[in-house]
Amino acid sequence: MYSELVMEHFRNPRNMGVIEDADGVGEVGNPQCGDMMRITIKVKDDALEDVKFQTLGCGAAVATSSMVTEMAKGKKLDEATEITNKAVAEALGGLPPAKMHCSNLAADGLQAAIEDYRARHAAG
Amino acid sequence: MDKVIYLDHASTTPADPAVVTAMLPWHTEQYGNPSTVYSLGLTAAQAVQEARESIAQAIGAEPEEIYFTSGGTESDDWAILGAADAHSKKGHHLITSTIEHHAVLESVAYLEKRGYEITRVPVDGGGLVDPADIRRVIRPDTILVSIMHANNEVGTIQPIAEIGKIAREAGILFHTDAVQTAGKLPLNVNGLGVDMLSMSAHKFYGPKGIGLMYLRKRNRISPLFHGGGQEKGRRAGTHNVPGIVGIAKALELATVQMADDAARETALRDRLWAGLQANIEAIYLNGDPARRLANNLSVRLDGIEGESMILMLDMEGICVSSGSACTTGSLEPSHVLLALGIPVEEAHGSLRMTLGRSTTTEDIDHFVAVFPPIVARLREMSPVWCANCVCKQRN
Repeated sequence: MYSELVMEHFRNPRNMGVIEDADGVGEVGNPQCGDMMRITIKVKDDALEDVKFQTLGCGAAVATSSMVTEMAKGKKLDEATEITNKAVAEALGGLPPAKMHCSNLAADGLQAAIEDYRARHAAG
Repeated sequence: MDKVIYLDHASTTPADPAVVTAMLPWHTEQYGNPSTVYSLGLTAAQAVQEARESIAQAIGAEPEEIYFTSGGTESDDWAILGAADAHSKKGHHLITSTIEHHAVLESVAYLEKRGYEITRVPVDGGGLVDPADIRRVIRPDTILVSIMHANNEVGTIQPIAEIGKIAREAGILFHTDAVQTAGKLPLNVNGLGVDMLSMSAHKFYGPKGIGLMYLRKRNRISPLFHGGGQEKGRRAGTHNVPGIVGIAKALELATVQMADDAARETALRDRLWAGLQANIEAIYLNGDPARRLANNLSVRLDGIEGESMILMLDMEGICVSSGSACTTGSLEPSHVLLALGIPVEEAHGSLRMTLGRSTTTEDIDHFVAVFPPIVARLREMSPVWCANCVCKQRN
């Protein structure tokens, strides 16, 4: 069902956890849907110094969360905002069609975290 | 992984080697078509007849009341669509429950689209149908009641004999899907008071692709398959002779072992549940605690999702199933768990273990050792799990 790369990320998720003093937090999905992600980011010099995830969900949900943290880490915020759910799925070598809609939310979570950071920054 | 620990016997079972051995000659040397008149065909016809007699005896039926099909889905579809078609002059109302197998629910939904009226009676928190509910919804134009014997997900065993009595008094055809109980519980069609009963061989250590329907004498349903005159014109298609020999052998073996299997599986199932409760917090039983199949343990866990558990257990060589959306092939979790009143977010975190003849104490103890760390890891990963606030998780 899943590609070897998806399973590899599921088995060994990168950047799992929470940044306690995060500069931005993004949450997408909800437990009723069976998929929920929380992305926390640390920003330094307009770049993503650290990105961590927590995910409730299936194999695809975990793998896309792990992959998006890898893709985003170290990137300038403007570059990171270009990361889409589709790009995450492609970086994983594709997802089963049924998973494309329900479990492919990780980039949305990242974008929500960046928006949260920008909103706080603008307010501050 | 060296050894697979298979805890998904409600999904399918391995064929018993004695069943396979009994089937083999009917593929090769004895390949005749039972519908022919020369000796090779007559030998096959004799084997089909012996299988029919053996099965009839096992369930208290007459041999001519047994019809061979391709499996549980065909039998369920045939019972419902065949009854609806044959009795459409009497009425267009059918009664079933909210927790039936998809083979039943999709068949009644098909009829509903074509103008039939369907009443789906609810179940209680353990998954039990109240026979009084059936009595209450019967109408003059009701043509069929179809209630499963035991549920495939949560293992709840329904009061079929009581429902059968109600249907009989009202003069309404009564079908039961016995796919999960055949070979596991003693089945007597008269004791149960059923007019139709579906079973499938691969659920009781027989081959896949063969099942049967019991249809009580003098009851009329329309055929689903049209063609040659096999099965008295009621189910066309060349007899699956190896399969027919196989289902009869499998039922014969299961009938002999039934009591021992049930006692052993109950003890192992209870050991598993005790082990999981002792080592995992916020884990709950699905289904009726007492009226359930001996081999079924259905649970749900707070803060984690079913498919992730299945994938992690698979890495340890353990096969189980879940009612989460990801594993039902839709965006919704299991209709059975929801019908029991389990909240959607909890239904996503369900897991079903179904034991079988090959399950050992070592398998259970291994599972109890391996599973809690998996739960801990997935909860560590979960944004909704909070280790120190289980009470809050449950509100």
